[in-house]
Amino acid sequence: MTLTRHDVENIARLARLQIREDQLEPFAGSLSRIIDFVEQLGSAATDQVEPMAHPLQGMVQRLREDQVEASDQRDLFQQNAPEVAAGLYLVPRVIE
Amino acid sequence: MSFHALTAAELGRALRRREVSSLELTDHFLARIEGSGTRLNAFVTVTAERARADARRADAEIAAGRGGPLTGVPIAHKDIFCTAGILTTCSSRMLANFTSPYDATVVEKLTAAGTVLLGKTNMDEFAMGSSNETSYFGPVRNPWDEARVPGGSSGGSAAAVAAGLAPAATGTDTGGSIRQPAALTGLTGIKPTYGRVSRYGMIAFASSLDQAGVLARSAEDAALLLSAMSGFDPRDSTSVEQPVPDYHAGLEAPLAGLRVGVIREFFGEGLEAGTAAAVTGALDQFKRLGAEVVEVSLPALPLSVPTYYVVAPAECSSNLSRFDGIRFGYRCESPRDLYDLYTRSRGEGFGDEVKRRIMTGTYVLSAGYYDAYYLKAQKVRSLIAADFQRAFESVDLLFGPTAPTPAFGIGEKVDDPVTMYLNDIYTIGANLAGLPALSAPCGLVDGLPVGFQLIGPQFSESRLLSATHAYQRETDWHRRLPPAWA
Repeated sequence: MTLTRHDVENIARLARLQIREDQLEPFAGSLSRIIDFVEQLGSAATDQVEPMAHPLQGMVQRLREDQVEASDQRDLFQQNAPEVAAGLYLVPRVIE
Repeated sequence: MSFHALTAAELGRALRRREVSSLELTDHFLARIEGSGTRLNAFVTVTAERARADARRADAEIAAGRGGPLTGVPIAHKDIFCTAGILTTCSSRMLANFTSPYDATVVEKLTAAGTVLLGKTNMDEFAMGSSNETSYFGPVRNPWDEARVPGGSSGGSAAAVAAGLAPAATGTDTGGSIRQPAALTGLTGIKPTYGRVSRYGMIAFASSLDQAGVLARSAEDAALLLSAMSGFDPRDSTSVEQPVPDYHAGLEAPLAGLRVGVIREFFGEGLEAGTAAAVTGALDQFKRLGAEVVEVSLPALPLSVPTYYVVAPAECSSNLSRFDGIRFGYRCESPRDLYDLYTRSRGEGFGDEVKRRIMTGTYVLSAGYYDAYYLKAQKVRSLIAADFQRAFESVDLLFGPTAPTPAFGIGEKVDDPVTMYLNDIYTIGANLAGLPALSAPCGLVDGLPVGFQLIGPQFSESRLLSATHAYQRETDWHRRLPPAWA
């Protein structure tokens, strides 16, 4: 297998994903199959090739005047928040 | 009356002739949705009250002699589009409690066109899947055979339209998620050029590939909806500032003399024999209609799937980092600290396929692997785009199958992600190159629909639609209904 249990733990930590103990092995298996599968890209000759980040070639990022366009909708947005108080989003204590 | 056997265009004409009211139509489709119950599992949310309010407004417009071709026509939106005041879940536990504070541009535009919102359709979780089996709300069933998948990720939209629960529906297509389910359920599905339709309010999966489009019963319906959805939107930085042609007005363009390139790489190993025969039959029909058919080769195209499975997970791992359990979405119970809050909210909120893609993306972007995987894939993406560009120097459209097989059984491919990914072998290329592409039905194999695919140069939607319209005037595959839902 290309990726071990330990690799999965490491990737999951970077991605901030909790993976159950009994799922580490299955994920190591399926991720290895995916990585092995994409290895075939190595067969393509790409020495003189520019990487392509998006499909609209020649398009430049549009700019606009830095003017306020949106209004404050904090109360509306916070209706979806798990925990708020006095207009603030609450999280567990960070500084002891 | 069998309103569900009619196209959206036909329903629009019946409404304007006052042969039926929008409210009657809406009640007809709501009753069918209710009757479908858990059988198809096509909807996450049914918006009956909203639909009747939309319908009454549409009826008033029509009575006043106003309104357009879609006024009063009911539709459904894939649950990836934000709808103000309505649950928008992306079929994930992560957003199972999320009521969007705003409308996606696609939703806003189709509402402005007078459509009636029936509800939000089920999908693969965060649009990651090719069978609609990764939904937090359970798999969607194919109305042609309920033991089979409808395709994905827009599987709920596909099943809803195919079963006559809605005349048309929106979808999104990152690697084939409109075209593949359209093929597997006997519909016409179009993914427009990247940048043609605004992505504002469409929950992001892979931002350089995602495009919104339509699942409908005919090219004419797809043209009507696409005209209403398309156009420049300053709220999407990749939206293209280019006028939108009237796709419906362009439908009658003659097909004679159209140069169609058959993609050699799409007719090799892996293409099921019955599907190959039906697709070849469609090609013969195009020849009879006057198309000039030649074979073309796109040698880098077989690398589409591995390219996609580096690029798409990389972009997804970045996009889905916004789901942190703090401002909206799922939060775990009693987090010990911030790290615990992040990892448990995401671990419990995302399903296995989403986790797998986030981890694949995290891996290919991580230090030491970036050049070998991500940069390499971006370069192969250039090769694939260049192949298309070269092909379009000698042909107007490219032709091939949409999916390698008809619909497969629920549970059949869930154990191996790579086997599942290969369902999109013919559709991914168009996403990588940002090209418009369309699937339309061209036959039944053992009672299951199969589709052909047309791919065009950027902004050639009109040509894709008019060629398909010409085909559909001579054939009736697009008028077939699943026997159990006729």
